[in-house]
Amino acid sequence: MKKKISNSRSTLSGPLAKWGWFFLGPVTLAFIIGFVWPFFQGIYLSFCKFRLISNTKFVGFDNYIEVFKDGSFLHSFWYTALFAIVSLVLINVLAFMVAYVLTREIKGSNLFRTVFFMPNLIGGIVLGYIWSMIFDGILSKFGTSILLESKYGFWGLIILLCWQQIGYMMIIYIAGLQAVPEDMLEAAKIDGAKSGQTLFRVIIPNVMPSITICTFLSLTNGFKLFDQNLALTAGQPYIIQEGGTVIKTTEMLALNIYNTFYGQSSASQGVAQAKAVVFFILVAGLGLMQLAITRKREVQQ
Amino acid sequence: MMKKALSLILAMVLCLGLLAGCGSSGEETGSVYWLNFKPESDEVLQEIAQMYTEETGVEVKVVTAASGTYNQTLLAEMDKTEAPTLFVIGNQNAVKDWKDYALNLKDTAIAKELNTDAYNLYDEDGNLVSIGYCYECYGIIVNPKLVEAAGFTMDDIKNFDGLKKVAESIHSRAAELGFDAFSASDMDDSSSWRFTGHMANLEYYYESKADGGWKSCPESIKGTYMENFKNLYDLCINNSTVEPSSLATGGHDAQNEFKTGKAAFYVNGSWEYSAVSETVPEATMIPYYCGVEGEEKAGLNCGTENCWAINSQASEADQKATMDFMVWCVTDPEASRKLVDTFGVMPYKQAATSSNGFLAAANNYSADGCYVMDWVTNYQPNVDEYRKALVAALNAYNADQSEANWESVKTAFVDGWAVQYQAANK
Repeated sequence: MKKKISNSRSTLSGPLAKWGWFFLGPVTLAFIIGFVWPFFQGIYLSFCKFRLISNTKFVGFDNYIEVFKDGSFLHSFWYTALFAIVSLVLINVLAFMVAYVLTREIKGSNLFRTVFFMPNLIGGIVLGYIWSMIFDGILSKFGTSILLESKYGFWGLIILLCWQQIGYMMIIYIAGLQAVPEDMLEAAKIDGAKSGQTLFRVIIPNVMPSITICTFLSLTNGFKLFDQNLALTAGQPYIIQEGGTVIKTTEMLALNIYNTFYGQSSASQGVAQAKAVVFFILVAGLGLMQLAITRKREVQQ
Repeated sequence: MMKKALSLILAMVLCLGLLAGCGSSGEETGSVYWLNFKPESDEVLQEIAQMYTEETGVEVKVVTAASGTYNQTLLAEMDKTEAPTLFVIGNQNAVKDWKDYALNLKDTAIAKELNTDAYNLYDEDGNLVSIGYCYECYGIIVNPKLVEAAGFTMDDIKNFDGLKKVAESIHSRAAELGFDAFSASDMDDSSSWRFTGHMANLEYYYESKADGGWKSCPESIKGTYMENFKNLYDLCINNSTVEPSSLATGGHDAQNEFKTGKAAFYVNGSWEYSAVSETVPEATMIPYYCGVEGEEKAGLNCGTENCWAINSQASEADQKATMDFMVWCVTDPEASRKLVDTFGVMPYKQAATSSNGFLAAANNYSADGCYVMDWVTNYQPNVDEYRKALVAALNAYNADQSEANWESVKTAFVDGWAVQYQAANK
């Protein structure tokens, strides 16, 4: 028996061993060109002063020192963290609620699912401009604008992101909810569990894998947000501090890196690169931490 | 087996095709690659390129960066093996960034064609880094018919008091007249430069004049003429077709307001002439009157950010081809006609003469002995970041014209200069 399995494997692995490289090749190549190489070059560049990347000067840790001296970076870090947490909670709670309702037997639930999912198909820049028109259309009635108050900018971006992402997370939750075993639900019913008890004791533990994925996605999405931020407020309003320095109150991390790279002298391009590396470590670290925490709560069926 | 071999060969042929696409064919004659930074002139430049190729057989490629992204595009393009041979170094900031990549143009064929040195940019070693290929002017575009319809003449506007009287009178009777004084002063990206770039020039110009003229970007500025900037700015936003509080997001079409006779004044430059003269052929341009002593003798703001530089890293054949192309652009009657019609005027001996009414106005002011207000604005350090902060401060001020908000405009204007100077010269 054992031999037979290994035999069948070896007949499979014959052509695989021979041609495997050929099929893996293009993908590996593309992955190296499109990701691995730029990634390592990016790390190298964070230790350099440069204008063109074909002409660089090694400066050691200078760029990293600049990063942590830069007040705008720290501001955008805390702003982004707050934004990511608020959007994480709102998106997941709302997406779960929508998914829960749409897995009940409601007429036209397929139509609703499609409609809720659709905003996710629109690009971030377009969404940003559309929503800035919507918000300003309303706010101009009150003689103000989304560009004039940081709190409008913050909640505006939250609304935008919720609108865009709830549909996507909803699909994942629906898949999770449909996979909850019928017999378990039936057993709960027979045991006399109330609907609240069923939800919290049976359903949620069973959709934990979906929650893991959705929280991971919305956390990293919140941190990496760029297009929507650029198109909606681009960091406005600024606080003009005494001495002429500014705090861009609604500027998030990715936009801060972009502005550092393009907005200043060539010396700051290396600093921007260093910021990007710090940013990567941060997002990767947070993502892994969150995965570890939610994974623990997943139940095995 | 046969099938497999066949598919393998097919796949390899495919890959080869891809690789061939990447390869570049070597040329000995040289070619021209012009990275243009003004989207509005792209169409004409493409025609010019085609004309030149038809005439001489030399390949000319013109690529235009999307609005406001010239720096990003230049940065990316210069890194490629087929980098631009001809590009734009438009101000002192860019000279600092790109001088190592620019050929010294002193005493070259193109430099000999110039009729003035006024629009050229030099680095601190005296190398001619870039050379003006056209110049422009800006100020306040006026519709004289509307001024007359309101019961005034153009002679009433000879200084700030005159302008203020006319503008305020028109604004107060806007409903009755059917038009307003100033078109919208939007603060979105497509319009804010008219104020943070152009109108701000009046402050820099008079300050630099008092200092005896700046030769390089000063580390800090004093803001001596901020009150004058405020005079004119306040007049613009408070006597306009739209409420000042609605300027932040913009979306009002100022050009259209002027073209359709809804506004008598429009803050912009000579490049607007072809569009504006379609419906307002008598449109003319007046200087930024702002209450400075002796401003009756002021002229328009003339200068340029359109300066050619040749890539010093390009092959010699390409450099020569580029130089020949430039000389052809300013000497060939048909080509220079087309370019002049787009750019306004070209400061070259053999180039076609201009038909732009606003540049004619600039010349008239000079002929009357008025002083030209140079584009001191070009010294703005870290220009994008500097202007963004100014826009943010002006947004707050437009919504609520309080003392405190004006103070932060001043801070962004004056102290922001020093901050950005430091950032740019790290």
